[in-house]
Amino acid sequence: MGYVAIKGGAEAIQGAEELFEYLRCARGEAGSPLDSATIQNQLRQLHSRVLSEGGLYHPELASLAIKQSLGDTLEAGFALRAYRSTQPRLSETPLIDTSKMRLIRRISSAFKEIPGGQMLGPSNDYALRLLRLELLDESPEAFRQVAHQWLQDLPQDRLPDSFPKVLDALRNEGLLPKQGEGKAQAFDITREPLVFPVERSAALATMARAETGSLLALAYSNMRGYGDIHPTVAELRVGYLPIELPHPVTGEPVEVGEVLMTECEVVAMYDKPTDDKAVMGSDIKAGTGTTQHIGSQPTFTLGYGACFGHNEVKAISMAILDRALQKGMQEGPSNPSEDPEFVLLHIDGIDSMGFASHYKMPHYVTFQSDMDRLRTTRRKHKETAL
Amino acid sequence: MSYPFGFMDEYAKKEVRRGILKAIAIPGYQVPYSSREMPMGRGFGTGGLQLTLAAIGPNDTLKVIDQGSDDSVNAVNLRSFIEMTCPGIDTTASTEEADIIQSRHRIPEKPLSEDQLLVLQVPYPDALVVVEASEEKRKQMHSEADYSRLLVKLYEDIVKFGEITLSHRYPTRINGHYVIDPSPIPRWDVPRLHRAANLTLLGAGREKKIYAVPPYTAAEPLEFDDIPFRVEDFRDEHGHRRRCQRCSTDDSFLDEFINEEGDTVYQCSDSDYCNTRLLSASAIKERCLG
Amino acid sequence: MDKVLSVTGLGKCYGKGCPLCITATGPEHDTNLCPYCGTVVAAHDVSFDLHEGEILGIIGESGSGKSTAVKCLYFDDAPDSGEAVFHDGEQSHALFDLNAAQQRRLRNHRFSMVYQNPNLGLNFGISAGGNIAERLLMSDMLDYARIRKRVKELLSRTEVLPSRMDELPKNFSGGMQQRVQIAKALSTNPPLLFLDEVTTGLDLSVQAAILDLILEIQQELSTSMIVVTHDLGVIRSLTNRTLVMKYGRIIEAGLTDQVLEDPQHAYTQRLVASAL
Repeated sequence: MGYVAIKGGAEAIQGAEELFEYLRCARGEAGSPLDSATIQNQLRQLHSRVLSEGGLYHPELASLAIKQSLGDTLEAGFALRAYRSTQPRLSETPLIDTSKMRLIRRISSAFKEIPGGQMLGPSNDYALRLLRLELLDESPEAFRQVAHQWLQDLPQDRLPDSFPKVLDALRNEGLLPKQGEGKAQAFDITREPLVFPVERSAALATMARAETGSLLALAYSNMRGYGDIHPTVAELRVGYLPIELPHPVTGEPVEVGEVLMTECEVVAMYDKPTDDKAVMGSDIKAGTGTTQHIGSQPTFTLGYGACFGHNEVKAISMAILDRALQKGMQEGPSNPSEDPEFVLLHIDGIDSMGFASHYKMPHYVTFQSDMDRLRTTRRKHKETAL
Repeated sequence: MSYPFGFMDEYAKKEVRRGILKAIAIPGYQVPYSSREMPMGRGFGTGGLQLTLAAIGPNDTLKVIDQGSDDSVNAVNLRSFIEMTCPGIDTTASTEEADIIQSRHRIPEKPLSEDQLLVLQVPYPDALVVVEASEEKRKQMHSEADYSRLLVKLYEDIVKFGEITLSHRYPTRINGHYVIDPSPIPRWDVPRLHRAANLTLLGAGREKKIYAVPPYTAAEPLEFDDIPFRVEDFRDEHGHRRRCQRCSTDDSFLDEFINEEGDTVYQCSDSDYCNTRLLSASAIKERCLG
Repeated sequence: MDKVLSVTGLGKCYGKGCPLCITATGPEHDTNLCPYCGTVVAAHDVSFDLHEGEILGIIGESGSGKSTAVKCLYFDDAPDSGEAVFHDGEQSHALFDLNAAQQRRLRNHRFSMVYQNPNLGLNFGISAGGNIAERLLMSDMLDYARIRKRVKELLSRTEVLPSRMDELPKNFSGGMQQRVQIAKALSTNPPLLFLDEVTTGLDLSVQAAILDLILEIQQELSTSMIVVTHDLGVIRSLTNRTLVMKYGRIIEAGLTDQVLEDPQHAYTQRLVASAL
């Protein structure tokens, strides 16, 4: 008699994987494999999403990951992350000033006019979400014509390399809190586990590679009632950020490449200066005396979001959650989106999808144990009922 | 493109080893570590896998089991991954021959020796999570060995059901202080952690924790003085201990299933144990006949 | 009589503070809010002794600092200044010098608090008996039958039907919830018990019954108690000695009879007069 658990096993896994691979190639002779450039361009947003959730800026491997996972964002991000585990760390970049980003798009919803001007760049924000039926049967000629035409009509005037930041204007006016010194050493979530309470840089790093949908859901909960951040997008920027590394010999910073990034800064309603917060937090009723503020003035508060690739919804969601988490860290969370443990431990797509999938694995032993408990309890119940 | 021995880069392996040493030094304490992404899903044993990959060398013999079986889908998958990324190692299905045993949900029936390492895969490392959601507070409770809320949970169980309903992942106190979640092993396996000769390492990948039950260390399930901890009951309605329908043993944890005739039958959960029993039984039979 | 607790110069401010905070606040300035920096001086220079078996009352309106003082002593809040020594048999503990773990230990084993809001003192997700069991388990009582017996005794003592011990506290009336809280607080025979507005919000007849219960228990177990209230009736029926607080300061202290019969401070006089 065979051992029951043996059924399946190695051959079954092999067969399942072959079948999955067949699905990728199912069109037979009529199909042709996707190449990296096609994925990177024609599936640009998908590609961006995988770059950011995978947490590894490697456009070519991101394309490969999308290809082999049949376009599953979670699986593709996962493959990139797993690849990352095999790579040693060679060097660390110094702090990068994002005002050096070569922008392809920047908008502000706080001001009509911003220094340097609004630049819509590539966007389908205002397009009607109608199916473009003509693309159903797009000929390669028409396809190439689009690119050709666009390049021909390109305006000759050059854009400046970088733009001033919208927030600088508000900061100069004193409406924003003073900018802290950039920390030389940010928390590295790839080298250190999150042990709560965590610092803001750990939260930002976790959100930067979080799953877009999870971030959006939590940020949305804050927007529509389970929170009170009420943000305004001071600036949303998409562009290429030059990455510098210290030269191995001279130590001087050298540009080694650039990464496509989306960055978002939100301004949230002002808060009282921190001195008053302690009073608000206590249950002591103020007497009849009047308060005279000496020193700090109320200011707007900020939220920051940034991630690899062109992912506007993700960057906005992250900025809102950053603000919500800062509030939770200072005053204690009053809703889920302000609770660092709740947010940061549940937004990583690779972690959460892995765990959801693992329920497909056999649980015979634990279920046997569950049945034992239920049967014993039922027996006891019957005995006492008699 | 090729992968380094043990898949992870050397720094990552070093970090895991440091975590292991700390976990052994403070029995039952959950050591946080950064936990790299492995090429299989979180929840599929990535914590145990990182422990195995950090500990294994090219001369080691490895056994991987899931639900007690070497041939369960996930065990096969993990074993072939480790073989692929650790050239030179041997694999075995024999509990006795293995230097390292990575397991999910079971401890092998045959007691392990001082030379063997048992690695358990852990989905939820913290026994306190059922009574306290915040990790920050749980850490404080652990440090003060304050498990009263967990005991209240057991108390409430007895009040409601006349029994402690915890079936697996039974909270177990290590070396008189830290209470661990011993991973989803059945209660049957808990007493076999107690003062075992081997080192047991527990690794949670998603939750990024390593902890250990060092050799010859006390591992005691939480219980009341007058309501002792009980393992699974494998007696039939007449009070007879059920036997494995395959090897006839009556001292192992049994899997229950419905065969093609529609009858409920029982079989050893530990496949190596079952096979060993069967072999020795047939050897005896042969000798008697011969 | 032996001292159980001596408190000296306890102070607590909420806010960044300035050199003028103390001199610019207090009953004579009619505020606890510093006009220069906006700091709330919640308590300043609070000193008193508590003896074995004594019930000390602290009366004052909200913002007087009475709750702040008790919160500091029960480690719910940390004071800015002052000392408090808890004399526990042979041992003496300087409360504010203890580390967090030592403080929690005292709080769980030697002190008890009955809150105005039963939500703070009880876990509404577990049975009334479970709530009491938690404290017993904390003190390493690990025998299920003994725990059940002790819970029944305590509930009978506080006049809750023991047959309801396995029900959730949320099914109970407000008065019953207070009785369960008191039973829980007494479960480990703590030498020091804090009662924070325990009868506020209850019906008058229920209030009287709870006060009677507290007095009886005090006589039986000679537990030392600190009773915080804004209700002169509670002070009158429970306490031996009374502190009157206003804007973070003690303005009058003495035997309760004395304070009520012959109040010295104008504020106390008004308080007594209005209660008559």
